[in-house]
Amino acid sequence: MTDQSENNTPRLTGSVNDPRMRRRYRAERRFHAYCISAVLVALAIIVTFFSDIIGQGYTAFWHHEVQVTLDYNERSERIGQFALDSDLRDVASRGATRSIPRAIDRNPDLLGTTETTWVPVKGDIDQHFKNDKALSDSLEEKVNRLLADGQIRNAFNSRFFTAGDSKLPELAGIFSAAVGTLYVLGITLLFAFPIGVMSAVYLEEFAPDNKLTQTIEVNINNLAAVPSIIFGLLGLALFINFFGVPRSSALAGGLTLGLMTLPIIIISTRAALRAVPDPIRLGAFAMGCSRWQVVRDHVLPASLPGILTGTIIGLAQAMGETAPLIIIGMIAYIPEAPTGIFQSATVLPAQIFTWASEPESAYVEKTAAGIMVLLAVLLTLNAAAVLLRRKFERRW
Amino acid sequence: MYSDAATQTTATTESETTMQADNEPEMSRQNHAPEPDVKVRAENVRLWYGQTQALHNVNLDIHARKVTALIGPSGCGKSSFLRCINRMNDLIPSVHIEGRITLEDEDIYDPSVDVVQLRSHVGMVFQKPNPFPKSIYENIAYAPRLHGTVNSRRDLDELVENSLKRAGLWREVADRLHTPGTELSGGQQQRLCIARAIAVNPEVILMDEPASALDPLATATIEELIDELKDRYTIVIVTHNLQQAARVANYTAFFHMGEIIEFNDTDTLFTNPREQKTEDYITGRYG
Ligand SMILES: Nc1ncnc2c1ncn2[C@@H]1O[C@H](COP(=O)(O)OP(=O)(O)OP(=O)(O)O)[C@@H](O)[C@H]1O
Ligand SMILES: [Mg+2]
Repeated sequence: MTDQSENNTPRLTGSVNDPRMRRRYRAERRFHAYCISAVLVALAIIVTFFSDIIGQGYTAFWHHEVQVTLDYNERSERIGQFALDSDLRDVASRGATRSIPRAIDRNPDLLGTTETTWVPVKGDIDQHFKNDKALSDSLEEKVNRLLADGQIRNAFNSRFFTAGDSKLPELAGIFSAAVGTLYVLGITLLFAFPIGVMSAVYLEEFAPDNKLTQTIEVNINNLAAVPSIIFGLLGLALFINFFGVPRSSALAGGLTLGLMTLPIIIISTRAALRAVPDPIRLGAFAMGCSRWQVVRDHVLPASLPGILTGTIIGLAQAMGETAPLIIIGMIAYIPEAPTGIFQSATVLPAQIFTWASEPESAYVEKTAAGIMVLLAVLLTLNAAAVLLRRKFERRW
Repeated sequence: MYSDAATQTTATTESETTMQADNEPEMSRQNHAPEPDVKVRAENVRLWYGQTQALHNVNLDIHARKVTALIGPSGCGKSSFLRCINRMNDLIPSVHIEGRITLEDEDIYDPSVDVVQLRSHVGMVFQKPNPFPKSIYENIAYAPRLHGTVNSRRDLDELVENSLKRAGLWREVADRLHTPGTELSGGQQQRLCIARAIAVNPEVILMDEPASALDPLATATIEELIDELKDRYTIVIVTHNLQQAARVANYTAFFHMGEIIEFNDTDTLFTNPREQKTEDYITGRYG
């Protein structure tokens, strides 16, 4: 203390003038700035991505419709187009009248009646309103007049959610892909969850710790790092070529994605099991439980939230996967939603991929809208996983 | 407290001869009133973890309805020995055990013995309270249900209540039996674990430092509890707290480097130890 007062420097504030201290503080501030700018760059990328997608995609949830009077007569029974007023045949989508012959066929009472309804306009006309796509002068004049008369309106595009893929962009929707995704993920879950959880339980709770189990463990960890396209090749060789599962069916896709999800479920289940403290096991053993009873009554219930979290994350990952499905032929034009696991199906990311490779500009907004839907589902799944983990995290 | 506890030397063949005639505990109490009956007997128990030997020739008689304390420096094998009595060591793959341990003359390491049954006769309480992550009720009801000892819901309710009462926890938790056992305080959790052990009506309760994770007040409660429980149960307790051993135990065994150096009734062992090592330990010269 006397030393200090002799030096005459304040004991707590003197370092401000010490060059070494100043350098230290400068380095500290610089590092701080680097970190903040890294965060800002990441944020900027995310914001750009989302605003770009949303900016391109939100228009797909709206489309233009034209009011038409459908005339069910002998001519339209053969060719649907004849149900339309001849003036509107180049405005209304061809898809709107395509089903008329079948409708009359099914319900002959329709013959001789008329029906006033709103149908989608042709994709080019929709794009004209949305993106100023060039039309022939006469057509442009006509649609502008119809719009002014209120015979063309901008309405919510429910078709996007209820229709399958179509070669006519104004009719295309995500329904068949969404149903396909449900089928595929259902099979993935049924396949990967029991096998994954049981393997993990065996490895973690029953297996002796020897060379063999260690090798298996290392290989499972490696499996999680294998590029997904390789699982596609495995699925092709194993399920389609060897077991004869129909190509591009939901079953083939689900099993293939199941192979991919399996290591994720095994790894996260093992982590969840390991997080259950040993004293709980010992307590149960000391009560006279067999190993299986310990696992069933104590370890599994305690680790279930962790297992489910891992499973949801694994499924979310599988849901966004395209590459392995390309290999097994699930990138196909599937206008109808599958009604069974052996039928050809497609999934959301594959549908997005298909639309992204279409040349017509009308598919650009479909692509972006599909991405928005996919992202919304994935974010919801991930949020569910996070909530689950938060809510049930470590109760001991 | 120790009035009926005859001075007992380290359990060896001499004491074996005295006991041989009395297969029936009831008989032995009638015929040799001052001679306490042996519940668990360890003979020449040797235990290895892989290549390292942790127990060398342990011989010990544990008397029925008495508290036996195991004391000794850290790593001397107290827990290892305790775990032999309910065969918890079976769970450690590298363990190898030789010698004989009997529970009322039945060799517990006999191949025909069912460990599930053994453990329902020999309960265990651990150092850190480890209630199951379930409700208080479920913690206690679990094992009786598992062993199928209770049939009706009413019997189960009664058993839960009685176990909690005997563990001195009933008044504190009666109105929240269905809240998680893990939400109790440490001391309450430990009494819940004792109640859980009692619920299967064991004969022997093994306790490995049951109060070492608790504050002095909770420790005192546990000690009182042990004192009450010994009327019904045979209790073996490992403790580092010599005062605790002196307070609760009828008999004390001093372990050192995997051997029992001295075994005697607690008063004698603490006031008049035979061995120099024992004296060094209890006077705090090492350990
Ligand atoms: N699971 C195990 N695997 C290998 N060695 C072990 C294991 N458990 C105990 N040991 C060893 O056996 C010896 C006796 O350990 P034990 O736990 O029985 O001692 P302790 O008397 O209970 O000690 P403490 O008072 O610290 O609890 C020690 O040397 C210990 O390192
Ligand atoms: Mg110990």
